[in-house]
Amino acid sequence: MSDRASAGRRGAWTWMALCFAFLYLPILCLVVFSFTAGEITTQFAGFSLRWYAELARDDELLGATALSLGIAALAASAALVVGTATAVLLVRFARSRASGLLAGLATAPMVLPEVVVGLSLVLLVTHPWWGWMGGRGVVAMWIGHTTLALGYVAVLVASRLRELDRSLEEAALDLGCPPAKVFFVITVPVIAPTLAAAWLLAFTISMDDFVLSAMLSNPGSTTLPVLVWARLHHGLTPEINALATVIVLVVAVGVLVAHRFMLRAQRRRLGAAAGP
Amino acid sequence: MSPPADSGARARRLALGVLPWGWVLLFFVLPFALIVGVSVSTPSLSIPPYTLPAGGIDPASYARIAGEAATLAQAGADRQYLSAWGSALALAAFTTLACLLIGYPFAYHIARSRPGLRETLLMLVMLPFWTAFLLRVFAWQGLLDSSAVGVINQLLLAAGVIGNPLPMLYNRGAVAMGMVYSYLPFMVLPLYAHLVKLDVRLLEAARDLGATPWRTFTQVTLPLSARGVVAGSLLVFIPAVGEFVIPDLLGGGNVSTIGRRIWEDFGPNQDWPMAAAVAVLMLVVLSLPIMLLNRYGGEDRRL
Repeated sequence: MSDRASAGRRGAWTWMALCFAFLYLPILCLVVFSFTAGEITTQFAGFSLRWYAELARDDELLGATALSLGIAALAASAALVVGTATAVLLVRFARSRASGLLAGLATAPMVLPEVVVGLSLVLLVTHPWWGWMGGRGVVAMWIGHTTLALGYVAVLVASRLRELDRSLEEAALDLGCPPAKVFFVITVPVIAPTLAAAWLLAFTISMDDFVLSAMLSNPGSTTLPVLVWARLHHGLTPEINALATVIVLVVAVGVLVAHRFMLRAQRRRLGAAAGP
Repeated sequence: MSPPADSGARARRLALGVLPWGWVLLFFVLPFALIVGVSVSTPSLSIPPYTLPAGGIDPASYARIAGEAATLAQAGADRQYLSAWGSALALAAFTTLACLLIGYPFAYHIARSRPGLRETLLMLVMLPFWTAFLLRVFAWQGLLDSSAVGVINQLLLAAGVIGNPLPMLYNRGAVAMGMVYSYLPFMVLPLYAHLVKLDVRLLEAARDLGATPWRTFTQVTLPLSARGVVAGSLLVFIPAVGEFVIPDLLGGGNVSTIGRRIWEDFGPNQDWPMAAAVAVLMLVVLSLPIMLLNRYGGEDRRL
């Protein structure tokens, strides 16, 4: 019996190891070949940091990165506001047919093929009646990324609101505090870690988005993924590996910090709930 | 739990609803109405590149797709839209099945790990999902490259397993590989969410009563995680139908999908009415899976 159990455990670990190898093999390749001294992105020809130096000098790429960071910050902030409002509306007010519809509409862009969402937004911003949106460009990308990310924010915030202990809010309401003030003074500080996580998730979604950006950008507004796509089709050097390594490092550190933070907050919540 | 529906609550609900409703109506519903409108317009050299015909609607784009369907009996007829539909649906179905077969045991073993470890393992599954999608697909280009400098070919040549480099890139297999790789986390997440809630005592009870591991799996574990299977499969299938980045980067010119048709009609071909018509048909085809997803979407997507 215990033989079978230990064989099962070995099998489980083998399967998980294979799956993780599958998920991380391409990332490992990107990182390894970023340190090559040669010109080919798949061959290791001696250790060198030349492609990192190349990356630091690449003004076109740094400009695109700056634009991506700016759009991501704006889109994440807008998605946080609209997504949180959606979550509060759906969790805190009596559900109706209309709120079910809103939930479906807000989450649909998360799953719909992005080319379709992108095409629909291009048709909007280039439509003669909607010229005030300025056509394709930064504003169009901001709108697109916000629309894409607000569903993620709404789902995260809604799940936190559902498990929230409401006694503090009820006490404040009983003492005559207006509901809007209760939300900003009591609810927001309590759910702040979730709001921060939601903002970061929206930020990474915007940063990494290619399809919407490609369809909604104009020649003067090239984000990082749009530039990478152009270079993928016109030959490239291990500089792109160096770029990938930097992105992976930044995201990995960010996610690990957020993960530890969330785990600790969760344990504290569970501990408090179990306490007297 | 819901507060009394007094007039104050009603006013607050209206005030709060302005922003979410305004946003989704203006930036999601209205654009989709425009897709329908443009799909029955006439392509032109104007900006934007379509004009509304005098008669109100121009069904030429739909007629072209229908025309392809009429040639189904003829061998060798050019059916680029229908064949793109066929290969996109086949690819999405294969991706869904492969993700399920790989992802179910993966999610199961993560969910059975000890608390603390399993959250970390799950985080490691999600981590690639947040990092540089284009560059990860590009990495598969390097791995599968058909020349002697492709990573896998280099290893196989060095090991003496093969004498000549294998042609692994720019075919259906490479695209399928890239799709399974990219969509696996979307399958694992909802499966995990259901499997982690599974009461271990039920499995112990089944074993104590003499059930074989297979019987325990088919009669206890699988039925209790069926919603996760449905949610994960839909979360993979729906976006996979419209995927165009992976077929482009790993399929080269050899794998046409409906997502690529939209991209090409929108971009190089400047035939926006055709792109819109294809998008409308895609929405029609996907409306059933999307409704199923909203119904069985699982806790992690609930709003």
